Amino acid sequence: MSNQPTVLVIDDEIQIRRLLQITLEAAGYKVILAVSGEEGTQQAAMARPEIIILDLGLGDADGIDILKKIREWSTIPVLILSVRASEQDIVAALDAGADDYLTKPFRSGELLARVRAAHRHHQSTEQGTVFQTGQLVVDLTSRTVKKGGEIVKLTPTEYSLLSLFVRNAGRVLTHKYILEQVWGPTFQEESQYSRVYVGQLRKKLEDDPSNPQLLLTESGIGYRLAVED
Amino acid sequence: MQSPDEIRPNPDALLHALKKEEQQASKAKLKIFFGMSAGVGKTYDMLKSAHEARAKGIDLVIGIVETHKRPETEALLAGLPIIPRKKVEYKGTLLEEMDLDAIISRKPQIVLVDELAHTNAPGSRHTKRYQDVLELLDHGIDVYTTLNVQHIESRADTVAQITGSTIRETVPDSILEQANEVELIDIPPDELLKRLSEGKVYTPERSQQAIQNFFQKGNLTALREMSLRLTAERVDHQLRDYMQTKQISGPWKSGVRLLVGISASPHSVSLIRWARRMAYTMDATWIALYVETARVLPDSEKTQLAKNIKLARELGAEIITTADENIAEALVRVARQQNVTQLLVGKPRRTLSFRKSLMDQVIERSGNLDVYAIGGEESPAGRTTFSLPEIHSGLVQYGLAAGIVCLVSLLCFPLNSIIGYQTVALILLLVIALLPLRLGAGPVLLAAGFSALIWDYFFIPPRFTFAISTAQDILMLVTYFAIATVTGTLTARIRAREKAVRSREERATALYTLTRDLSNAPNQDEVAKAAVTNIRRFFKAEVAMFLSDQDGDVFTEAHRTSTFTVDEKEFSVAAWVYWNEKKAGRFTDTLPFATATYYPMSGPRYPLGVIGVKPAAEDRPTIDQEVLLENFIRQIASTLEREQLNEMTKKSIALAESDRLYKTLFDSISHELRTPIAAIVSASEGLMDASSIAQEPLRRDLNTEIHTAAERLNHLVENLLDMTRLESGRIAPVLDWTDIHDVINSAVRKLRRELSHHVVTIDVQAEMPLVKLDFGLMEQAITNLLLNASLYTPKRSKVHVRAFVEGSECVIVLTDNGPGFPKEALQKVFEKFYRVPGTKTGGTGLGLSIARGFVEVHKGTMKVENSLEGGARFTIRLPVQVGNHAEMPRT
Repeated sequence: MSNQPTVLVIDDEIQIRRLLQITLEAAGYKVILAVSGEEGTQQAAMARPEIIILDLGLGDADGIDILKKIREWSTIPVLILSVRASEQDIVAALDAGADDYLTKPFRSGELLARVRAAHRHHQSTEQGTVFQTGQLVVDLTSRTVKKGGEIVKLTPTEYSLLSLFVRNAGRVLTHKYILEQVWGPTFQEESQYSRVYVGQLRKKLEDDPSNPQLLLTESGIGYRLAVED
Repeated sequence: MQSPDEIRPNPDALLHALKKEEQQASKAKLKIFFGMSAGVGKTYDMLKSAHEARAKGIDLVIGIVETHKRPETEALLAGLPIIPRKKVEYKGTLLEEMDLDAIISRKPQIVLVDELAHTNAPGSRHTKRYQDVLELLDHGIDVYTTLNVQHIESRADTVAQITGSTIRETVPDSILEQANEVELIDIPPDELLKRLSEGKVYTPERSQQAIQNFFQKGNLTALREMSLRLTAERVDHQLRDYMQTKQISGPWKSGVRLLVGISASPHSVSLIRWARRMAYTMDATWIALYVETARVLPDSEKTQLAKNIKLARELGAEIITTADENIAEALVRVARQQNVTQLLVGKPRRTLSFRKSLMDQVIERSGNLDVYAIGGEESPAGRTTFSLPEIHSGLVQYGLAAGIVCLVSLLCFPLNSIIGYQTVALILLLVIALLPLRLGAGPVLLAAGFSALIWDYFFIPPRFTFAISTAQDILMLVTYFAIATVTGTLTARIRAREKAVRSREERATALYTLTRDLSNAPNQDEVAKAAVTNIRRFFKAEVAMFLSDQDGDVFTEAHRTSTFTVDEKEFSVAAWVYWNEKKAGRFTDTLPFATATYYPMSGPRYPLGVIGVKPAAEDRPTIDQEVLLENFIRQIASTLEREQLNEMTKKSIALAESDRLYKTLFDSISHELRTPIAAIVSASEGLMDASSIAQEPLRRDLNTEIHTAAERLNHLVENLLDMTRLESGRIAPVLDWTDIHDVINSAVRKLRRELSHHVVTIDVQAEMPLVKLDFGLMEQAITNLLLNASLYTPKRSKVHVRAFVEGSECVIVLTDNGPGFPKEALQKVFEKFYRVPGTKTGGTGLGLSIARGFVEVHKGTMKVENSLEGGARFTIRLPVQVGNHAEMPRT
């Protein structure tokens, strides 16, 4: 499987590096390891990986700084590894251009799903205009939304919010990013908008709006549209 | 026969005696070489003792010794290290003084300081040398010093009477009491005179002069007797102290308390000295009482009063001031309040008085009090009860009084023919009656006299002469003058009284305001602020505040509430006050060149700080102000002390808490940590075992075991981290609009596995508005509650989560139908590491405590109770901002 993507893992903990290597190689990825921020930035430039997994708490540098350095010249998808209770750090990393995040301890299934979603998103910005997950079908060209074969009527804002989720299916979107993309930069602080509209979308799209399966809340960070793998 | 009560030592006295012994053991020792006059050989003896001490290997230096060029004395200086004197320049002349700081930093065991009664050069730290000595003692340095009997404060009078020369340099008697050893250097007068004539004391010409004045044989004999008696008294005193500490039965402290009435009169000085002598011989404590009346004291009297009070304080009296119009009554009242047994009053000099003398008044009221009449003191009441009008209102006032009378007369002049001269008198009388509203009694009296003259001259016929034609008019003039004087004085007196009452009231209010502000202050900074504001407001003064830190370390800068900038020089004064716990600076004897007066705030273990006060006015503060200010400072100090004690208690509680935490961590957490680790280690070893690899079910079981253990570890670590975060107090909730339903869902979803055997229902109010809260923290709080339910209720139990908004509160209620909590546990479930006795293992006793902590950082409350159905019910109430998304554009 030589055409499988290359993953660069930047983490100073040998156990995490080894675990990630085993898990990713078992899933067919090629893995390069870096133990420090400095080595990581070098490897990112030299080995040209398709995906980077970056630990936020590196010994020699702040993960966010490494991320910013990489973002200066590249759009390679970056997955942040972090511990719980540092939601602000995660949001900051996502806002600084990270594609997704994982909190330690994580399950291997979760890890692979995130890697896949990030890679897919990066590879195909203009991939299929029809998106399907479960009973939901969204056609981005004809701007139609169907659930179980029936057309769902959405307001323009609801639609643009949904299409944002669809275009980033499987990835976490921060509140700030959603507000900026749907309502514009001046609405970045009006966080109640995204809450209310996500609630409306859930009512229209979810089987049980009080137990959402499609539009998932990422506590303290934002929302994610679940995809079937 | 004595009653047992009388025989038994008074506990206070015992304590005092013990304290004294303790103090003397720990404190540096003072040895006084005491003599009747100059030339008896005090310095000589002191130097000889110094050599003896040095021979024993004691580190001893000379701070200052005056040999007066006596060769025998000078010879003794050899071999003793001398601290060089400090040169002080004063008005062009160089003066030499003892270098106090050099001695303190050199810190010898013993220092020799000659001539205790010496007055330092202006600009020195202390006015008097004995104050230097006290400071040396405070620094733990033993002092040898010399002193003549005439310099002792309470004897200065007598000496002056005997020898006819006034004694300017005096030391308070207390210093003699403080001395551990007093060595009397005694030689017969004849021998002294012989030494004097041999030129061994002074140069020949000075000797001649001396013999003719001070050194007369009669004088010397009297002085000798006085010094012998003083030393004997002291020995007697010491014996009594000794017997008391060693509980030897004998004449116990008399229990006598003296009270002496003092006034602003210079005669009070001898009265005070008398009282002190009496107190000493009777072994009594004594009080000096000043009774403040409505009479306004002229400046000269104020200064005298301040001097008298200072003297009394120096001689060891407790100072009390009280306000009363009747001095005799006040004396007796305070005497009774203070359990005084003897009362000292000055004997009236004036015998020709139709009023009763103060003494008579006191005796009349005294009851079982002993009253002593001491000669020389003019009755302090003599003038107050008589209350002659003060003629010290400003010149402006007199001018004004005369001016008003002239003006009114001028206005009446043309009307004289219409209204008649009698009416003019009435108008003038009215003016005189009104004048005291603005003017003092002196000007009013002047106006009364002046107007009488004007009336006579300009109005009473024949006009423009002082002559009066009819007897009726004479009578009228006399009556006029009498009425004017009486009205004027009475009104003035009423006004003065009113003023005194008002100022007393003001003082009481000021103290009240201060106390109130202080008690409202939640922390040290606020206390400082309240203190500064109050002192500033009431004393019209700028204030500098210096606070030592909680560990008792000296301050390094003025507190930021200070209202004037403190330069290096001023700061050093504050520092001195801090270290010595005595007031210093302007208007005091210590470092008087500072621009402000600095007062220490003493605490139980170390000084709390220093307050610097710089009045806007140039004048020395009055005694009232001084007393009030000292009250203020005491109040502030005690508040600060309370604040610091609070802090200390908090700290010690925190310390005990962390001790407990540490222990619990070891007992419980180490167990909690080890169990899952043990599981992981043995299960993973099992997996590595070749034989088990073949067995698929076994492999799966071992994997599950490892996973469960890891989850449990993770849960424990998360809890510990959360707890640490909470304890550090650094959690600030990030409030954002949140759908509470989402929070609950999120928590339930997280615990899918744990709750798989429970029935969870969620009931969120329809059209639930968004509320502002920290999603992560609240999710964790609810997770912990749900986890608790999942762990401690039986399978298939129902867990119900309800959320609604009530006013501006978001309410979340979590109920289960499990067994609930035992009654005694309800109080404790939120305590750290508390676990309901008899529950299954696996919990840490932290979950609920963290949940409540997270709710509390939202300023919310969480309580627990058992519902009527028997299960547990947790109720969270969060004060929140409630969103109004109806206003949001819907498109």
